[in-house]
Amino acid sequence: METAFKNESLPDRIFTVVNYVLITILFLLILYPLIYVVSSSFSSSQAVVSGEVLLWPVNPTLEGYRAVFQYKLVWSGFVNSVIYTALGTLVNVFMTVLAAYPLSRKDFFGKNVFMVLFMFTTMFTGGLIPTYLLVKDLGMLNSIWAMILPGALTVWNVIITRTYFQMTIPDELLEAAQLDGCDDFRFVWKMVLPVSGPIIAVIALYYGAANWNSYFNALIYLKDQDMYPLQLVLKDILISNDVDTTVFSGDPADAARREALRVLLKYSLIVVTTVPLLIVYPFVQKYFVKGVMIGSLKG
Amino acid sequence: MGMLQEQVTPLPAGEREPAVAGKKRALFRLRRSWQLYVLMALPFLYLIIFKYIPMYGAQIAFRDYIVTKGIWGSNWVGLKHFERFVHSYDFWRITKNTLLLSLYNLVASFPFPILLALGLNYMRNGIFKKSVQMVTYAPHFISVVVMIGIVKELLDPRSGIVNQVISWFGFAPIDFLSKPGLFKTIYVTTDIWQHIGFNCIIFIAALSSIDPAQHEAAVMDGASKLQRMFHVDLPGIMPIAVILLILNTGHVLDVGFEKVLLLQNPLNLKTGEIIDTYVYKVGLASQVANYSYSTAINLFKSVINLILLISVNKIAQRTQHGSLW
Repeated sequence: METAFKNESLPDRIFTVVNYVLITILFLLILYPLIYVVSSSFSSSQAVVSGEVLLWPVNPTLEGYRAVFQYKLVWSGFVNSVIYTALGTLVNVFMTVLAAYPLSRKDFFGKNVFMVLFMFTTMFTGGLIPTYLLVKDLGMLNSIWAMILPGALTVWNVIITRTYFQMTIPDELLEAAQLDGCDDFRFVWKMVLPVSGPIIAVIALYYGAANWNSYFNALIYLKDQDMYPLQLVLKDILISNDVDTTVFSGDPADAARREALRVLLKYSLIVVTTVPLLIVYPFVQKYFVKGVMIGSLKG
Repeated sequence: MGMLQEQVTPLPAGEREPAVAGKKRALFRLRRSWQLYVLMALPFLYLIIFKYIPMYGAQIAFRDYIVTKGIWGSNWVGLKHFERFVHSYDFWRITKNTLLLSLYNLVASFPFPILLALGLNYMRNGIFKKSVQMVTYAPHFISVVVMIGIVKELLDPRSGIVNQVISWFGFAPIDFLSKPGLFKTIYVTTDIWQHIGFNCIIFIAALSSIDPAQHEAAVMDGASKLQRMFHVDLPGIMPIAVILLILNTGHVLDVGFEKVLLLQNPLNLKTGEIIDTYVYKVGLASQVANYSYSTAINLFKSVINLILLISVNKIAQRTQHGSLW
């Protein structure tokens, strides 16, 4: 694969060229919508509505972003999302490590029973309504608990973490620690956690992204608009087209401008909500890849 | 601390597996690892409360659930709700939609990550390759809401770029999202767009674990890159591809529910209604929520899914590609 192009035989050259062309096309197809959204968000509302934006921003302005910042629900949604994501992810990681460590131990009596209990929930669930009724009976409707507890851990992440523990922590280490009088609690705290940076980063990111992006729990469990996470606010604006345009200007004569702002607002909103993830993303990309690899190992 | 120490100190090598009968040994092991049970306590509690209690609660599918009477007080009605569903006008429509949508998605989106991985495998490790990987992974982390938001804007009949292009060629704009015939294609295409990069990671990993000696031998035999791709790379990643395909088949009825719900509108509902969205509408979104009926439909789906998963796994064991659990 490292051979220089000029040394290749003719069929190989054709292969290489075709390969590069196809991948470039795919690359552009995936990239274009992303660029288009960003460019639109920086264009004037008139240019967006009349479809003048093709690749680069037309009549660049920050109108759209100004509209986003005027929209109070976006702010409260943003704050709520940060809280739900931070707290939720903390609980997620904590619970996952708690479950994964015992499952990684060969000498954990009853390990298989627990594994079966965990795995079974990935294949069969009580369903939407019984879960909803449970959350309701627990009095968690319309509270932050409904955003955090029902999804406190994901079995798939427990499995990934367990596999990582099995691979990185040799039995000898545990035996040596036990000889020195170290108990399980201390072993987890002093030995397991310090070497588990990569896996904790991976699952924290999986959970974090899932928490940040989720809207359905909020849709069914939350009633008050000021508790809505960003994704639910977004759903109203992007999907249901439910925009209160009076916040942009009280002047009824401005109807056309407000209408145009409504479209522009959507593009800017898409950018604003996705940017936090996309900023973090390049830095942690290698960890995501690692997570997929660990997850693919059978254990 | 003294007692703790006594419990966790391993026995000398010769006595590590004491020759006592099973029962006594089990007790010994239980006592020695009580801390592991303490660690497991919270996750286990979570599992019982949020996973197993709802399974138990699913019995309301066999009762006429009345809020004031609770799960226990409501009357048993046997299979009434299941019969009602199977005989209802919606049954065939939504079952067909669910099956078709997921099969379409399974078949259409499966080859793309493999092709991308194969292609990337023959690229030099340069900036371009890195950019391709970075850009193709990125959409995976965009939320469903934003994803559908983008789709709606791009396909908008008035301002969307797709219709702008269509009108340059002199055609009338198409309102894609209100065409029932296009629902599945939009769903599948956007799914490929969003997940192709991320799903190819696992194949790239599999490709990198192929023994280089195989490639060298093939080169010695005068194989071209294309031939190597077909005879070395493809067989090399086949096992993992088969496992993934099987895994996906087992969840064939679990189509991306949130995404479908967001893509739906009254005009495309004819092909866009699937079991999961129907369950949500009957159970929670409707004016007169029918908990029992909704649960019955969900249970119907879950049972079929479970049967599928188990049979598919059986087939996998037979074909010796390894079982999933």
